[in-house]
Order: sequence, then structure tokens, then C-alpha cells
Amino acid sequence: MSAFVDPARMAGHSGMEKGEVLLRVDNVSLAFGGVKAITNISFDIVKGEVRAIIGPNGAGKTSMLNVINGFYHPQEGTITWRGKVRRKMKPYEAASNGIARTFQNVALFKGMTTLDNIMTGRGLKMKSNFIWQCLHWGPALKEEIEHRRKVEEIIDFLEIQAIRKTPVGRLPYGLQKRVELARALAMEPELLLLDEPMAGMNLEEKEDMSRFILDVNQQFGTTIALIEHDMGVVMDLSDRVVVLDYGRKIADGPPDEVQASQDVIDAYLGVPHEH
Amino acid sequence: MLYREAGQYKTSYQRDQAIFPIAQDRWVVWTFVAVAFLVVPFFVNDYWTNAVLLPLLIYGLAALGLNILVGYCGQISLGTGGFMAVGAYASYKLMTSFPEMNMILVVLLSGGITAAVGSLFGLPSLRIKGFYLAVATLAAQFFLVWLFNKVGWFYNYSMTGQITAPDREMFGFLLTGPSALPWVKYLFCLTILAVFALIAKNLVRGRLGRNWMAIRDMDIAAELIGVRPLLTKLSAFAVSSFYIGMAGSLLFSVYLGAVEVGEVFGINVSFLVLFMVIIGGLGSIVGSFMGAAFLVLLPIFLKNFMVDGFGMMPVTAKHVEILLMGLLIIFFLIVEPHGLARLWQITKEKLRMWPFPY
Ligand SMILES: Nc1ncnc2c1ncn2[C@@H]1O[C@H](COP(=O)(O)OP(=O)(O)OP(=O)(O)O)[C@@H](O)[C@H]1O
Ligand SMILES: [Mg+2]
Repeated sequence: MSAFVDPARMAGHSGMEKGEVLLRVDNVSLAFGGVKAITNISFDIVKGEVRAIIGPNGAGKTSMLNVINGFYHPQEGTITWRGKVRRKMKPYEAASNGIARTFQNVALFKGMTTLDNIMTGRGLKMKSNFIWQCLHWGPALKEEIEHRRKVEEIIDFLEIQAIRKTPVGRLPYGLQKRVELARALAMEPELLLLDEPMAGMNLEEKEDMSRFILDVNQQFGTTIALIEHDMGVVMDLSDRVVVLDYGRKIADGPPDEVQASQDVIDAYLGVPHEH
Repeated sequence: MLYREAGQYKTSYQRDQAIFPIAQDRWVVWTFVAVAFLVVPFFVNDYWTNAVLLPLLIYGLAALGLNILVGYCGQISLGTGGFMAVGAYASYKLMTSFPEMNMILVVLLSGGITAAVGSLFGLPSLRIKGFYLAVATLAAQFFLVWLFNKVGWFYNYSMTGQITAPDREMFGFLLTGPSALPWVKYLFCLTILAVFALIAKNLVRGRLGRNWMAIRDMDIAAELIGVRPLLTKLSAFAVSSFYIGMAGSLLFSVYLGAVEVGEVFGINVSFLVLFMVIIGGLGSIVGSFMGAAFLVLLPIFLKNFMVDGFGMMPVTAKHVEILLMGLLIIFFLIVEPHGLARLWQITKEKLRMWPFPY
């Protein structure tokens, strides 16, 4: 695996040190018409950590990720990425800036094989021009093989060798989630956003997935933002937790501290509160 | 010979990514190509070239082009007839303005011009999808036919409003015009089709092809992994139109020789090529040819079978043909969206298991 780790070689990486602030959101608010999804939220994600984002249903967690990777544009607030305030940015620009993402509802390319799904994730790193691609020769062929090798490393890492050539539409849900992680990893992101990567999985699958997430974080040094409902998983995996409720931030800190906070307990018990 | 891959180990990623990873497939394809290039030309006559071979090759090329757009990139188009007309009129203008120009160059440039026009009409695809895009491309179809009818410059102000291909040679053999030789026409179209089928295959198994399919399957996720939607869709429109433009160019210059735009490139053609793609198999190169072969051969077969064989009225036979086509479309859309190509693949999978299915 170690050949694959060298972060300095990863294109689009900042070479930031562990512990520096990689991403910061300041006073971000997002509304859809009258519905306020996010209200005045600020928090940061530091290089190398696993940052959990938790909260009850509809709290605004997914919306937060969508803001981070440029899918939604907040009406207020700023996003600072690698120390620079980011202008309004399209999702593909966020992708080429080193932000990758998995989805709450699996969003794979259903008609393609596992291999092609993951290969698509390497598209940003492929450079050969149209003419070479027409010929599938020279630089284009060299590049295909080079990236295929990387993809095979990821396939080995996530233990999905057996389903390499299977169209992903035919795979069971748990494996689809794994392929989606593989596709995101293929981008060699600096920040990986995972939206409920374990939803709908059985205990064994959850354990596997937890192990993969930790391995990604520790072996590749990838910074991870993780949305998860299973508190056990959150406690085990994350370094710091931010808690959202009705679009507001109600707690932020190490897992045990957050878990003990009265606001958080109330939010999860559904204690009514004034808006 | 048994059809299976046992004992054929792929020792490199390159060989694993080959177009036909199974040796038997490779042999079949090479034999097919060899027969098409080396044997058929000695036996072709006027009837076979005009009734079967040329329509097969030319519509195969058009279906291939449309399949890139519809089957691989998931964008619908009903403008095929109009884009073929662009290719045809581009060829006419090139042939009459530059009499010395080589026919290969004429066909390629006609493809290029159609690609530009196709991308222009592909622009709305960033904003609109599905039904609305279909309507937008339908507008392109009608607009283009209207344009070529209306503006005299396109047909060099000829009295009839028709365009007629002048005589052109290829390697000293007459390729276009009334006295062109069947085998020259056949080989010319076959070569272009073979080369561009290979290019299409290369594109769809490379980065651009994966990006097309990503947009087709889940455009939001595609964008989030760095696929640029507009660029990707426009490239599909451009490549697709390039193929369709070449098909239009060949249909006019090599096959028909003279064209009246409304008759030859009307909305019927748009649907015909779309049906070829659907019946042959969305997202399959071989499927495009199967679909084209099917819809070119079906009427001939039905005519021979029903009219000559059973003495049915030609009109009735035509109605049966339309009915059958409708039923087939419904069948393939509902039961097997991957078309003949998929049925063929299933047969092969069964064959691979045979004689022990478990
Ligand atoms: N595109 C949208 N249009 C309108 N409202 C939206 C949109 N996306 C999210 N919302 C609203 O914003 C609020 C936050 O939604 P979000 O999906 O971010 O919650 P969540 O924390 O991810 O919830 P869950 O745990 O159920 O996934 C909800 O009230 C939701 O209805
Ligand atoms: Mg959510």
C-alpha cells in the first residue's frame, strides 16, 4: 500500500502540515426560499483529523456538505480553503481543488462496472488529449495503464477484487457504498466528505467500513468529514464533533464532551425549543 | 470450436483492456473484416451495393454517431436528419467550390462542419433534459431542412432546388456520379466506417467515454468528481454530429448522387436512425450496426417474403412492416433496452457455460 500513500506526490495537495486549518466556514447561512437549512454556522476542519458532523434528521448536515463542495452557494458567510477565502465555486472546481465526496443515497454510475466507476474518479488526473484518446495509443494508452494500476491498488485496499467487472447496478447496497468510497479515494482527495457511509449496513459491514475510514485517514493522511447517525461509530472514529440542530450549531468539541452536553441530549431527545 | 476463455490468462492490464478480450471473438471479428474487405468487393453488383451494402454502411455510421450521444451520453436527439443534411450540403459546397479536393477530405470536413453545427444545437442541453431537449433538437431538424430549402446559396441556385454530386475519383477510380463503380463506392464507405468504428470504440473505453457515461448515469455525482457537464455534453454532441455529418455526406455524394432535402433528410430519417439505436442497443457499438442491419434488411426481407413469396399487395406489406417496427420498438424499450447487442451477449454467456449451465 505504501507506494500509494506518498501525499507529496498527490496532485492538488497543498502540502499543509497536520493540525493546520484546512477548511473553515464562517457565519454561513443557507435558505431554500423560506426554509432555512443552515443558520449562521461556523466551524473548522484541521488537516489530518476525522471531523464528525452529527444531528437529528433535517438538521442541515447534508446541506453543509453541499455548501463545502460548491453544490449549494450560501447566501451569507465565507468559506476559507487552505487559508484563502474561496470565491463562489462550481462542484467540479471543488473536485479539482482536492475535495471528494460520497452520497447519502448511493450515487454511482449504474450502467458502468466497478472498475469504470473508479477509473472515472481518476479523470481529473488524466491529461492525454482527444486525438490520442481516439487512437487509444501512445500517451493515452500509457495513462490508462498507469491509472488502472492505481485503481487496482484501491480495489485491493477496499477488498473488492471479486466485483471488478460487475456492473454496479447489480451489487448489493453495502458493496455499492464501498465502490462509492473507492471512487472518491481514486481522486486522492485532501478532504473527503462522507455522508452517512454506513447507513443501512449490518454490523459486520459497519465494522469493515469503519476500519476502511480509519485506514484512509491514517495511511493516506486524508482529512475526513463524516456524517453519521450511529453514535458508537462517531465516538470511535472521530477526533472532533460538530452538532447541528434545526440548522444551528449547538455543540462543537471532542466526542465525549459533546456527548455529555445538555443541549445535545435535549436535541436528540427531541425537547421542544423556541426558534 | 468451444467458446470460452479458460486458459486465456491476461498478464497485463493492457491485454485485459483490449477490445475483444476473448480469443474466439477476436477471430470472428478478424474473419468478418477480412471477408468484408477482401472477398465481398469481388462479388458486389449494382443491386447489392445500392439495395443492401451502402445503406447498411451509411446508416450504420449514422446510428453509431447517434448512439454516442443517446446511448453513451444519455442526451436525446431528434435532429439526426437535419444533421445529415448539414453533412450533405457541406459536401456539395466543398465539391463544387474546390473540385480538386480529395473525397476523403470532403467527407472529413463535412463531418467537422456538422460537428460545429451539432455543438451549437447541443448548447441547450446544459439547461434542459429529456423531453424538452428532444423538442429542442426537433426544432433543429425542421429549421435545418427549411434553411437548405430556402437559401439558394446552399444549392448553388439550381433550378430544381436539388443538389447533385459531380464526378469525383478516388485513386483513379470513379467514386461519385452516375457511372461510379459499385465496388469503389462500397470500399470507400466500408473503410470510413471501419476506421471510425475503431475510433468510437477507443473513445468510449477511454476517459472521455467514461465521462459521457458518468453524465448519463448520474450527472450530479459526475460533476462532483470533476466532470465538467457542459464540456462533456458538448463533446458528445460534437463527436456524434461528426459521425452523422459524414453519414449525410456519404449518403448524398456516394450513395444517392442527387438529393432533395425534404425527402431524404426529413424527420423520418431522424426516427429511423433512433430506432436503429434502440433496437440495436443503447450504449453499444456493435449494437449500432445490428440495429442498422436489422432495419435496412427487414423491409427487403419482408418485401421478398410477403410480396414475391405470398403475392401480397406492396401497400399491405408496407403496413405490416410499419406495424412490426412499432411492435419491436415497444418490445425493446420495455423488455430489453440494451437491444439486440444485449441479446447477443446473453447468448454468448449461455454459450460460455454450455453444456454445463451450473
Ligand atoms: N434542495 C432543497 N430544497 C429545499 N429544501 C431543502 C433542500 N435540501 C435540503 N432542504 C431542507 O433543508 C433542511 C436540512 O436538510 P438536510 O438534508 O441538510 O438535513 P440532514 O441533516 O442531512 O438530514 P438527514 O439526517 O435526514 O439526512 C431540511 O429541512 C430540508 O428539507
Ligand atoms: Mg442528510
